[in-house]
Amino acid sequence: MRVIYILWLRQIKRYFRSKSRIVGAVGQPLLFLLALGYGLGSVYKEAGQGNYLQFLVPGIMAQTVLFSSMFYGAMIIFDRQFGFLKETMVAPVGRLKIMLGGALGGATTSVMQGIIVFLISLLLGFRPYNWPMALFSLIFMSVLALAITSFSSGIGSFVQDMQGFQAINQFLVFPLYFLSGALYPLNHVPTWLRIIAEVNPISYTVDAMRWSMIGTSRFGIVHDCIALGITLVVLIVFGVMRFRHIEP
Amino acid sequence: MIKVEHLTKKFGDFIAVNDISFNVQAGEMFALLGPNGAGKSTTIKMLTTLLKPTSGSLTLNGFDVVKQQDQTRKSFGIVFQDPSVDTDLTAYENMQLHAVMYGVPKSEIDTRIEELLKLVELWDRRDSLVKTYSGGMKRRLEIARGLLHHPKVLFLDEPTLGLDAQTRNLLWNYVGNLAHEKEMTILFTTHYLEEAEANSNQIAIIDHGKLLTIGTAQDLMKQTKTKSLEEAYLSLTGKELRDEKADPHEVWRQRQRARNMR
Ligand SMILES: Nc1ncnc2c1ncn2[C@@H]1O[C@H](COP(=O)(O)OP(=O)(O)OP(=O)(O)O)[C@@H](O)[C@H]1O
Ligand SMILES: [Mg+2]
Repeated sequence: MRVIYILWLRQIKRYFRSKSRIVGAVGQPLLFLLALGYGLGSVYKEAGQGNYLQFLVPGIMAQTVLFSSMFYGAMIIFDRQFGFLKETMVAPVGRLKIMLGGALGGATTSVMQGIIVFLISLLLGFRPYNWPMALFSLIFMSVLALAITSFSSGIGSFVQDMQGFQAINQFLVFPLYFLSGALYPLNHVPTWLRIIAEVNPISYTVDAMRWSMIGTSRFGIVHDCIALGITLVVLIVFGVMRFRHIEP
Repeated sequence: MIKVEHLTKKFGDFIAVNDISFNVQAGEMFALLGPNGAGKSTTIKMLTTLLKPTSGSLTLNGFDVVKQQDQTRKSFGIVFQDPSVDTDLTAYENMQLHAVMYGVPKSEIDTRIEELLKLVELWDRRDSLVKTYSGGMKRRLEIARGLLHHPKVLFLDEPTLGLDAQTRNLLWNYVGNLAHEKEMTILFTTHYLEEAEANSNQIAIIDHGKLLTIGTAQDLMKQTKTKSLEEAYLSLTGKELRDEKADPHEVWRQRQRARNMR
């Protein structure tokens, strides 16, 4: 436990020492909120769907957590380039602990980013429908964050450079995000798009976030939780397996 | 304590380590010498579970290095040739992290960190981020960190690289005492031959991945009929720079010269 704690603490300390990272990782979601929230708000209303900002914010919070957590994998690539990875690889500690300690640290900082975006949304006029229920979103963000930091540790273990890592982001994570229900309702989309969304774990996270924040759910919270749970377990296993074979 | 048998490592077609075998007894200080690119660091990486050997077998503290990685890792400590500290943490934080990962008892962590940071004269700067350190200061931190826990076997890959003469002396004295008190086995590499001569019981010389010879400094001088370890070393490895094909005539001339110097 002390090992997991100290590796977690390392990530937290590095996060608070890098102001640019805090600001940078909030910039993109803020742009989405402003451009989409205000840009599409009126169209959305005219289509009879209600308030778009209310709909959008849970999705943007998930986006924040998703991409900050992916960025954690880049930290592993930096650790390799700067040599620190060797120090952890020869340590007499199980690989699961090493992977989890760092991933938990990365996940914690991602959730903090999600909370910052939530606070900004409040300033923009977003209101959760029920405050105690909104606290559940912390759990969903945490599960997503740990699943994705585990996944990105796995990716960071076998991708040798930032270019390769960016490629995974561009060709896997961005599409999964845009094809989830984060930005638009899935009610009236073409069947193929709906099917993709229904096998996409991000959709279930976004759905769970909406359930806690605005009280609507497409798949039902039970399905969301099952999907999130499976995703978490699969991605942790993936992360550890890849991490075992890492060569610094 | 360390047993290396027919160790070979290939990177693609290139053979970095070629059928090397040697033993290091418990409590010994063993120097691995050789020109740049000889395969020293690659050998150490295989012994420390960072690289998988292509073939051959490795035993450390009675454990099979490839098959019993966890037990092996519990048995050694290492100072790497290349940087491996976290430059976004302070010196103290780097030391703490290492102490916890290596299970140094809680009650001893602070005293040991203080002792070592004082030894390498970084105590006053312990709370500065490592990225603000000079190259030599970073190196001293790497060494202090490597000495924090007291393993059965300690690997030092060019520990004194880039350090001033005072610090080098200090370091070797400390390492010598530690090895003696804690009965550690030490395997180190260096390009300072006088360090190897002064601090080792056994010396192995490798070049182009092959083990050329092994023995005490006296053995090597006797074997090459030379009067200093440096002459012995040069007569074994030749004087040409690495990455050039060894010219047999030049090697022969050097041997003659070395012989005539007697
Ligand atoms: N990952 C790798 N891929 C390909 N070649 C490698 C790799 N690592 C090492 N080598 C090659 O193996 C050879 C031995 O390298 P090694 O680092 O073991 O040398 P060394 O004896 O430690 O030299 P130095 O004194 O310069 O540290 C070199 O020719 C090097 O280019
Ligand atoms: Mg080397």
